[in-house]
Amino acid sequence: MSIAIATNAVDIENLTISYRRRGRLLRVINDVSLQIKAGEAYGLVGESGCGKSTVAMALMRYLPANAVVEHGKIMFDGQNLLELNQGALRRLWGRRMAMVYQDPGSALNPSMRIGDQIAEVFRYHLNLDKKAAMDASGSMLEKVQISNPEGVLRRYPHELSGGQQHRIMFAMALATDPELLVLDEPTTGLDATVEAEVLDLVEKLRADFNTSILFISHNLGIVARICEQVGVLYAGQLIEEGAANDVFASPRHPYTLGLLRCVPRLGMNKHTQRLDPIPGSLPALGATITGCVYADRCALARDRCRAEQPPLIQLGNGRSSRCFYHEEVSGMKPSPEARVEPPPPPSEEILLKLDHLIKTYRSGGQHTAAVADVSLEVRRGEVFGLVGESGSGKSSLAKCIVGLTNASGGTISFDNEDLSVSSHRNNQTLRRSLQMVFQNPDSALNPSYSIRSILERALKLLAGIHSHSDLDARSEELAASVKLESRHLDSRPTGLSGGQKQRASIARAFAGTPQLVLCDEPVSALDVSVQAAILNLLVDLQKSGVSYIFISHDLAVVRYIADWIGVMYLGILMEVGPAESVFSLPHHPYTESLLSAAATLDADRSFARVRLRGAIPSPSNPPSGCRFHTRCPLYLGDICKTQEPPWQQTASGNQYMCHIPPDELLAKELALRETGQQVAS
Amino acid sequence: MQIETPDPAMIPLPVVATAAPGINLPPRASRRQRARAVFIALLHSKTFMAGAIIMLFWILDAIFWPLIVPHDPNAQDLLSTLQRPSGAHLFGTDDLGRDVFSRVLAGARSVLTIAPAATALGLLGGITIGLVTGYYRGLVDDVLMRIVDALLAFPLVIIALLVLAVLGHSTLNVVLVIAVVFTPLIARTVRAAVLSEREREYVASARLLGEPGIVVMVREILPNIVGAIVVEATVRLGYAIFTAATLSFLGLGIQQPSPDWGLSISLGRGFLQVASWMVLFPALALATLVVSLNFVADGLREVLSS
Amino acid sequence: MRQFLLKRLGLTLITLVLISFAVFLVAQILPGDVGRAMLGPYASATQVSRFDHQLGVDRPLPVQYWTWITNFMRGNWGQSYLLSTPVRPLVFQRLLNSLALGAFALLLILPVSIGLGVVAALDQGKFGDRLISIVGLSLIALPEFVIGILLLVVFSIQLGWFPVASTVPSANPVDIVRQLLLPSIPLMLVLFGYISRMARAGTIVSLNSNYTRTAILKGLPRRVVIRRHVLRNSLLPTITVVSVQIGYLVGALVVIETLFNYPGMGKLVLDSAVGHDIPMLEATMLMVAIIYMVSNLVADVLLAILNPRIRLAE
Repeated sequence: MSIAIATNAVDIENLTISYRRRGRLLRVINDVSLQIKAGEAYGLVGESGCGKSTVAMALMRYLPANAVVEHGKIMFDGQNLLELNQGALRRLWGRRMAMVYQDPGSALNPSMRIGDQIAEVFRYHLNLDKKAAMDASGSMLEKVQISNPEGVLRRYPHELSGGQQHRIMFAMALATDPELLVLDEPTTGLDATVEAEVLDLVEKLRADFNTSILFISHNLGIVARICEQVGVLYAGQLIEEGAANDVFASPRHPYTLGLLRCVPRLGMNKHTQRLDPIPGSLPALGATITGCVYADRCALARDRCRAEQPPLIQLGNGRSSRCFYHEEVSGMKPSPEARVEPPPPPSEEILLKLDHLIKTYRSGGQHTAAVADVSLEVRRGEVFGLVGESGSGKSSLAKCIVGLTNASGGTISFDNEDLSVSSHRNNQTLRRSLQMVFQNPDSALNPSYSIRSILERALKLLAGIHSHSDLDARSEELAASVKLESRHLDSRPTGLSGGQKQRASIARAFAGTPQLVLCDEPVSALDVSVQAAILNLLVDLQKSGVSYIFISHDLAVVRYIADWIGVMYLGILMEVGPAESVFSLPHHPYTESLLSAAATLDADRSFARVRLRGAIPSPSNPPSGCRFHTRCPLYLGDICKTQEPPWQQTASGNQYMCHIPPDELLAKELALRETGQQVAS
Repeated sequence: MQIETPDPAMIPLPVVATAAPGINLPPRASRRQRARAVFIALLHSKTFMAGAIIMLFWILDAIFWPLIVPHDPNAQDLLSTLQRPSGAHLFGTDDLGRDVFSRVLAGARSVLTIAPAATALGLLGGITIGLVTGYYRGLVDDVLMRIVDALLAFPLVIIALLVLAVLGHSTLNVVLVIAVVFTPLIARTVRAAVLSEREREYVASARLLGEPGIVVMVREILPNIVGAIVVEATVRLGYAIFTAATLSFLGLGIQQPSPDWGLSISLGRGFLQVASWMVLFPALALATLVVSLNFVADGLREVLSS
Repeated sequence: MRQFLLKRLGLTLITLVLISFAVFLVAQILPGDVGRAMLGPYASATQVSRFDHQLGVDRPLPVQYWTWITNFMRGNWGQSYLLSTPVRPLVFQRLLNSLALGAFALLLILPVSIGLGVVAALDQGKFGDRLISIVGLSLIALPEFVIGILLLVVFSIQLGWFPVASTVPSANPVDIVRQLLLPSIPLMLVLFGYISRMARAGTIVSLNSNYTRTAILKGLPRRVVIRRHVLRNSLLPTITVVSVQIGYLVGALVVIETLFNYPGMGKLVLDSAVGHDIPMLEATMLMVAIIYMVSNLVADVLLAILNPRIRLAE
């Protein structure tokens, strides 16, 4: 045993942390123990509010002023970090332990050159002189694969792209080859292709440096990819721990199982299988729970679970679970709610037709075509999934369709009416037929009104109901249809959870039987366990024959819910077709790189990853010819640069915009999957 | 790259109290519960309470002074001019033998009429303009903000003295000039609040329900920027008192024989060496009033922003 | 950078032209018949109109504006109606007097306010911060003449340390302090309120920023974190505030110079407005605007030099 302890880089014992708020102590971390071995990557996963970041900050000994460590030890380098003074910590920070967190743009000093910021670490920790520190900084930039390191040293943070800023953060963190690196949601908020780039870097750096890593993430797919060991945090408790592969393959805690089940997996779609959400929500911060923290949401829970707190039970093989009935977890069936009729298939009737739609914005005397030229059709009862990274113009397209902004060119016809004629916009029939569900449930509902009055307002305006009793009855019905309890009707948005708010927002869109609802990233602000419930709800509501345009950056979600998919890049559609066809070869090289970039838990992904070079070009100055040519892994040469590619049709029914015909594309993409394409940036 | 010139009133005030009187709200709070929570938090804010008590005193005094003054503030007694403070005249007498104590008590009324009236008018204009320009943006917005910037090039006092020189010195003119100068400044604050609010999705949703612009502004956006407006109003009220008193002092505001504080100080200045009490007490009165108002503003800001 | 500067310069010029229109118009609608006012009640109507014609006040407004502005540019600022002296030398002399008072106040209080603002921020929520904040909060609210009166009562009347009315000091440092200290204190106190509040707010924002966290977690010594990472970013916005305060100073000088009987620009503005002395009013107002716009321009340039985001913009 003593040998094992000696190889632990970090040993957290019985850590218990509370936040002092208005004289009360609210417990956020409850008796957490974990060990990170030298050179190991330990992934700590959990939904928002479970205490992940508090653990990370405690490990760095950089807790907010109102945090109180009630109990526990954090052993690092033979000393208890919790007992060190500022001077001792300063010798560890940046030298022995370092951290990289979300949003590197704000983590770099805007008024200092990159070189000076990195060189500081060398100068204060290794006592290098100015010249030597700058040279060392340059070679660090090479290690994080920055092209033109000499030039970048002299730049200021705002002159770099998001991906480059991330690399700088890693260069700074690893400058002194620390024993411990804490990564707190390092890729959250990044576009898929940039995220993939950063994760590649992490993997490469792990090979170069023998650093132990604490990797905090809500994304199980990323943790599965990076980490050997994983701990699952729920309501401040470590509820399951073990080797990442084992835990994800056969979870031994119902919560872990729930997390794994609620994300859409390969091969699942709304017709074949319902998603299996975790019922209920996270207990409130500081709530006193006598039994198991998960009992309220658990299908296995019995009286014992509510009466007695389960200990962390050792299961052998380095695994442990905080569940009395961990042996039953593998046999758990999907919850009964999970079997409902699939939605009816879409009809052939075309509901919405966009013809060469253009939307330009003017800013700083410059015209930016957010939507450059998009033509598409949505049939009645169909879900049209729209995917693309930031700057692709998906949200601008949505705004044009619902009429929040006027298109600059092209036509929109909806239910055989031409919406470009603006007088139609004001007609009530159209308003009730065309509604929208927004991304952010916190801002989509006016905080000044109760849910009831928000719904009644929508019923008045969309359904033309005015009598008090009718309004009352209909709003109850509406709430029930989105599974909101009637007691929620009288509370204000701030009193509801994210999922409940999103239900209210959906109810409002359905106040006057809509024919087309635009869903703009409707689940991306929600925790995964809630996402599944909202997706199920949207699928259920389709029995009324409604169509959706479903915008998302999450390919798995789109693949699950959409019948038809469009892939956007820099304001134009690159590819469009039936969902399964778009996801299978051959397809546009951009689609392939998006698929490669997504970190999923699906084990079958044996093929090599396609990586894009460079950053997404600015939509105000798009590349000539094919807009994707600057980053394309299958770039042919001048033809891509000078000529706009034609539409090509594959046998399975998807159309894509590329110079390469389907047969050739298939061969090239298969080759790509064989070898991967690591184009240096 | 545009550099925004900060309006001094928009600079975040330091939060003075440390015993954070934050709002303790149950998750499902009705409007009344919320108002109650704000009220309780205010009661616990030391800065707010200290300011509110002093302010309340002056407000009551401004209304009821005729009932409490020991002497008629305008009664001259040429036999007892420039008397030191004594039992008979707590704050002494002025050059015309008028009781300074009574004049100080009576002097609150003019400033507490002019300043709130000017602020109210400024708010009316400022909120309207701020809502419209913030919501619609566009050309009107650009032009208006240029005018505000140009207006800021002149100190408030200088604009006021110019306008009063043109229009003549009357109480109504003082109210109007302060209101007119405040309107664009308040509009700027309201506009900033509207700009951040209009990007929120509930505004888009209201438009999709077919709410006309005016309804979106008044019914959807306005309730959510009330906090910012309340804070702005108290800050502006403080500046209005400041400005009204200064204009009286410069002889551009209220005229004789009003017991107005600024005017009394201006007139007493000539007797500084023989009867400093003539200026000392009105000055102290004015000081307590403006400081108390700033404390109230600070307390409100602190509570409403938490 | 060059483009930015040219744009700012252009905007400043345009604003100045607009302000000159406004000043001119306001001066024109001042009540009163100029000729009648200057010649007195016993002059005949023909005398008055002849005199008006001499002054040019009977010509169309655009012509008058053009005459005025071109004369102004050539340095011909006319005669004061009230004092019957040339406007320009008087304005410049008074301007210098005011500048002495304003600069005295600003130079003394600027380092103190910024320093204490930063101290308050570093000590956030503790006693020092509360003291500095509450004092600053009270000072902002007090009109300058109230502070001035209280100072006069205590230091001039009761203690007799300073004169009741200030005059322009000689070069003797003792005299400078004796004449300028008392009138500049009200200015300093109000300036202190604003500038320290801004310095504190800027420093707190910077202290709570992610880049400061990065710097701390790099293990840098505290003084390095504060100096290189916190202050470098937090004091930038303070520059703008100081320039805005120059405009405030001009307004406050009107009050202070009146209270202390100090012969400066502010008093000149007040006297010419009250006395409807149009050439003097036009000249002083335009000077006020020029001072304000130039100080803003200087602040912008300074900010541009210090802020790489602007400096490096093409």
